[in-house]
Amino acid sequence: MIVKDTPAGYGIVSRLFHWLMAIAIFGLFGLGWWMVGLDYYSPYYVSAPDFHRAAGIILFIALLARIVWRVMNTKPDDADLTPLERKASWVVHWGFYPLLIALSISGYLIATPDGRPIDVFGWFSVPSIIQQKGLEDTAGLVHWVLAYTVMVLAAVHTLGALKHHIVDKHTTLKRMWSGPPAQK
Amino acid sequence: MTFRLASLAVVAATLALAAPASAADYDIDIKGAHASINFRIKHLGFSWLAGRFDKFNGTFSYDDKAPEKSSVKVEIDTASVNSNHAERDKHLRAADFLDVAQFPTATFVSTSVKPSGDGKATITGDLTLRGVTKQVVIDAVVIGGGSDPWGGTRQGFEGTTKFALADFGIPKDLGPASKEVELTLHVEGVQKK
Repeated sequence: MIVKDTPAGYGIVSRLFHWLMAIAIFGLFGLGWWMVGLDYYSPYYVSAPDFHRAAGIILFIALLARIVWRVMNTKPDDADLTPLERKASWVVHWGFYPLLIALSISGYLIATPDGRPIDVFGWFSVPSIIQQKGLEDTAGLVHWVLAYTVMVLAAVHTLGALKHHIVDKHTTLKRMWSGPPAQK
Repeated sequence: MTFRLASLAVVAATLALAAPASAADYDIDIKGAHASINFRIKHLGFSWLAGRFDKFNGTFSYDDKAPEKSSVKVEIDTASVNSNHAERDKHLRAADFLDVAQFPTATFVSTSVKPSGDGKATITGDLTLRGVTKQVVIDAVVIGGGSDPWGGTRQGFEGTTKFALADFGIPKDLGPASKEVELTLHVEGVQKK
């Protein structure tokens, strides 16, 4: 099993980061969308936002680790892309990182501007840093806009991957699913 | 004898100064924050959830000889709702409750004051909240009034009222025990000069 990325494809760490975070990002979007419409007497009225906040913190930590891992690794070969595709893929890939960082921070700022910490599944808690009345409104708006932006970017990313897989018959999608061939 | 006359004059002068001016206009003392607008609503029927509006202003006129001629007007900045919990306040400002983006101001304008003696009165007036104007009745009581130590004249009241959230088009259902909210106004006015 290849751990690090090689010119031929992605190692196990990058692939786990990719698919687990994809599940987490879609999951948190769905959860967030659903939980804000819950009835006050729904059994999930308290637990769903609690889970969303805690999972968001975990996702943020994973994101930082992933960026470090990305920088530490070589980028698999993209010679089969046109110059325009290469540019577009660069924008989409590197667009995700700042967007997700801003998305995480804005979510944190909805929950903490009154001094309350975020409890992460009872394992640890993240303290409030900025206390400012009314900040939760601005943060809420930013969080909403960024969440939808990430979904749009994810759709573009998915369509791009499917295009390479189906139309171009490239290994783009395959190499994110199964690792590179063992190095000789 | 001369001394006695002089002290009598001082007493008389003091009394004249201390006598509350009749039919005077007052500004609610928001500068010194000697006023607050508080609300409370039952949480699940188990306890009271209390909060307040941090920003408001208002004026009143009051005549202790003829309290029925009094009137009061209060404007509340609905976005200043404060229940000591940022995420809840965000929700209270949203369309489920106050919808402050569309309705940034709530007002109360009295239409009649009926004194019932003993420093008490019922103030009837129009409350405009979330774009809906409805009549509410405030049970008011005089707390005190007179010269303050800093050269001004003050007059203070307390008023309470309650109404159903649904009466003002607040759509969120908080359950059967939480249909009505109670509003308490603590008001101290400084007489206009």
